[in-house]
Amino acid sequence: MDVIELSWWELGLASLLVVALAAVAHLARLGLGKDILIAAARTVLQLALIGLVLEALFSVGSLHWVALMALAMLLIAGREVMARQKRRLSGGWAFGIGTVSMFLSSFTVTVLTLTVIIGPDPWFTPQYAIPLLGMMLGNTMTGVALGLDRLTDGVWRQRQLIENRLMLGESWSQAIADIRRDAMRSGMIPIINAMAAAGVVSLPGMMTGQILAGSPPALAVKYQILVMFTITVGTGFGTVAAVMAGSRRLFDERERLRTDRLHTVS
Amino acid sequence: MPAKTPLRLHNLGIGSLHGVDLTVAPGEIVCLSGASGSGKSRLLRAVADLEPHDGEVTLGDLVQGRVPGHRWRAAVMLVPAESQWWAETVVAHFPPEHRLDLTPIGFDDAVMGWSVSRLSSGEKQRLALARAVARQPEALLLDEPTANLDADSIRRVETWLQELIRERRLPVLWVAHDQAQIERVGRRHFRLRNGTLEQA
Repeated sequence: MDVIELSWWELGLASLLVVALAAVAHLARLGLGKDILIAAARTVLQLALIGLVLEALFSVGSLHWVALMALAMLLIAGREVMARQKRRLSGGWAFGIGTVSMFLSSFTVTVLTLTVIIGPDPWFTPQYAIPLLGMMLGNTMTGVALGLDRLTDGVWRQRQLIENRLMLGESWSQAIADIRRDAMRSGMIPIINAMAAAGVVSLPGMMTGQILAGSPPALAVKYQILVMFTITVGTGFGTVAAVMAGSRRLFDERERLRTDRLHTVS
Repeated sequence: MPAKTPLRLHNLGIGSLHGVDLTVAPGEIVCLSGASGSGKSRLLRAVADLEPHDGEVTLGDLVQGRVPGHRWRAAVMLVPAESQWWAETVVAHFPPEHRLDLTPIGFDDAVMGWSVSRLSSGEKQRLALARAVARQPEALLLDEPTANLDADSIRRVETWLQELIRERRLPVLWVAHDQAQIERVGRRHFRLRNGTLEQA
């Protein structure tokens, strides 16, 4: 079965619906009319660009270019993690911790999946590597951002409590244990919920796409299960690593709570 | 056994305070007073090593910068004016199997099962002192330990603390406002003024 071609004017029809939504939002004074249009324009532009990049990448297919693409994706995800935190570690730590923990978890799991499980030849074949890494990074990014945001916000709100526990002779790690556990949980819960609801409440996007592209549903399901597992593992380990590193950075070598290392972004 | 060692502040500096030298003997209570904003609480925070500061603090052989922070603070324990509570029940804030008698400060054993949310500010303050001394510190830093208490409780808590301090031979820094209290509990009294300690 071949995929039915979509032409640009047909997409134009869909865009009219978005314009209609923006008009309603404007009339209802939601203050979102402009945002909807800008976001829609960004979708078109960014996806069109990535389409061009992917076509070029697929035709070259060398490890260098795949690695470069992966690096660019990682840095953009790192920037996004930083932008989603209301209170950030200063001095580049917010970006650094987010990016390094995403690198450690997403890249390890992606490479492992490619070499051991899927096994395309060569292992970095961009048709497999880039979409897989993209899904990994997208989800890990959400987990890491939620975890770090919850951590820094919790520490800021409960700084007196943490200090009181320090005064009683607790180690930094005991004093922050509750907040750290909370932060890890909030980073991981969305992906656990997504796993639990998959196929019942929601049909995952990747599987849907694969079926639309003509894959037999049984194969699409297997790929979806694999992807669900890998993004859960990537998100989980990424969140744990980021929250551990972030909480350590909030204390100095004398185990003092250093809220002066946080700055608030309005 | 409880330590019988003096607490020494040498050339301590934090915020507007500088060059603070002070030795507190075992079992001695030294009172500190000063206008609000003069740095009393920050001085105690520096002694407890909760903020970066200058100078050196020792407790006998224990040197502030040479032991892990939690080890130092377990020995030199600060009880802040406003206590914080993280668990549901009172008992969760006490070390397991402590043997502290709370009757002198007006509680019986049932208090351990109380929920923290029903404690009054006065009860919180007395229990905050109790949970600190139950951890067997070797020196105490008390920041207005009776600020939220009524006249009757103030005298009880003072007597209880004085006895305990004498018995365990703890060096104590006691921040107080009330001149009468300072005369009752302190052998020596210093005022914080213009960034230094002045003996009163």
